[in-house]
Amino acid sequence: MTLAASRDGYGEGLMGLVGDEKVVVLEADLGKSTKSLWFRQAHPERTFSLGISEQNMMLVAAGLASCGYKPFASTFAIFTERGFEQVRNGIARPNLPVHICGSHGGIHTGTDGSSAQSIADLAIYRSLPNMTVMHPCDDLSTEALTIKLGNYDSPSYTRTARNKTERIYDSDSAATLQIGKGSRLRNGSDVAILACGVMVSKALTAADNLAGQGIDATVVDMHTIKPLDEQLIARLSTECGCFVTCEDHSVIGGLGGAVAEHLSATTPQPLERIGVQDHYGESGDGEELLTKYGMSSDHIVTAAQRAIARK
Amino acid sequence: MTAVVDEQTASLKDSAALEEAARRCRRQIVKMVHRAAAGHPGGSLSAIDILTALYCNRLKVDPANPDDADRDRFIMSKGHASPGVYAILHETGFLSEEDLHSYRRLGGICQGHVDMKWTPGVDFSAGSLGMGLSFGIGCALAASLDGSDRTTFVMLGDGELQEGQIWEAAMAAVHHEIGNLKVFVDRNRIQNDDFVDKQMRMFDVALKWSGFGWSVMEIDGHNMDEITASIDWLDSITDGPAVVIAHTVKGKGVSFMEDNPKFHGAAPNDEQLEQALEELA
Repeated sequence: MTLAASRDGYGEGLMGLVGDEKVVVLEADLGKSTKSLWFRQAHPERTFSLGISEQNMMLVAAGLASCGYKPFASTFAIFTERGFEQVRNGIARPNLPVHICGSHGGIHTGTDGSSAQSIADLAIYRSLPNMTVMHPCDDLSTEALTIKLGNYDSPSYTRTARNKTERIYDSDSAATLQIGKGSRLRNGSDVAILACGVMVSKALTAADNLAGQGIDATVVDMHTIKPLDEQLIARLSTECGCFVTCEDHSVIGGLGGAVAEHLSATTPQPLERIGVQDHYGESGDGEELLTKYGMSSDHIVTAAQRAIARK
Repeated sequence: MTAVVDEQTASLKDSAALEEAARRCRRQIVKMVHRAAAGHPGGSLSAIDILTALYCNRLKVDPANPDDADRDRFIMSKGHASPGVYAILHETGFLSEEDLHSYRRLGGICQGHVDMKWTPGVDFSAGSLGMGLSFGIGCALAASLDGSDRTTFVMLGDGELQEGQIWEAAMAAVHHEIGNLKVFVDRNRIQNDDFVDKQMRMFDVALKWSGFGWSVMEIDGHNMDEITASIDWLDSITDGPAVVIAHTVKGKGVSFMEDNPKFHGAAPNDEQLEQALEELA
């Protein structure tokens, strides 16, 4: 098992875009953390460090995009939210192709505590017209999806994680990923487990444990929260008949919220949502926090059993 | 006259002609707001002399090709002063009289606040204060990356300077030595609720900008000779950003609107329109 952090994939993805002279990179003091510093070191003339000023960064990016550039702007996920209205009015509303990366997403961020643990970013960006929202699960998939954003003509928000988790893809399988299309990692007909970010490896562990109980689970890496892969969910409704969503994010408005909205409007089926249950985190090791807050692989197993029982 | 406008010299307007164009724009502003029974006449009338000088004599923009990638940019950060922008875009051939009638109407191309997605000649979707200077930095950086000599002009309101993002941007423009970014502050001393200094005392606005490292000039924002001189001065500053603090009168040109906070965001009634048009005849 190889351990890797998705934030490294963002840095590698930017490096994969250096050949496109329209790609520019913006930072708000945290390039060392989001890994945009690799691009800055290679191309300082196309990297703009704007100090600790997220609101300004969002609109500088918008201005560059309005003139034909492809800005990639990053900071911690929680600090992107400081510029939320700037994203709403200055980027998403005029549909300017600015690509925002929020690193250190979720309570898995760990010991910094609740102030640094974004648990609402997927929800708020998902609510904006024109926005694409992604939360890949490892470095190689983040790299591949970031490179795809180089030819994406509308704005996006990509959340990455600080800490290393199990690498899910290899370079070849990551290269097949498409924005807006879920990636099936395991097939089973009893329950569909849809996961994103650091919870994908937890979902795979849970599926192994369920198999020991004679329960076959499908596991999907839902790296794109918006647009939601509605075709895949429709197929899984037929194949599995119940769902579990897993995200290091509030159960309100993120992946679980999106799937709940879609299922309730189409084919209502049992759905269990693993995630932060409408409260703030605290300091601690990322894995300890996931366990304390009900997001371990054991919690996913229990949720899958509940969902199946409700069929 | 600066080199950048040499090719336009033949069509440059003198101060008397600019004043006449601004008078026509003022008539359109009050008529637009009256027709819509809503809008922001005060800050449009305070800004219109500067807009007129910029659009008629300085900006390299083309109504036949409003999306030309190498055009100068004008970023109206105080986006509620849209009647002023629409009036000068009409005066310079970007908008028709009929377009002006669409102001604030369903489906109309002249939205309540200026919007780059709706109106030819508008470079920024504004309306939420404090964002335009940052956007202008992005446009100016893009020009530098392109190796273009095009210029980005930004207009800010003085009440707008209360937004913290303005000062984030002010720092960044100096840090990155953005010499192709030119700013006007429409210092009309009135904001939505009341006089600016009653809402938030501004002390010395010029000192604030110079303290952040900007080159600063102060002018009477209704004196065309001074406005023209200030544009030449802005063009002469190339090693960093420059700002003109234009002292203006909110509602300028209409006696009952002048220096009257009520007409920040209120439309004239029928009688008031008639009086305004008489004064602007």
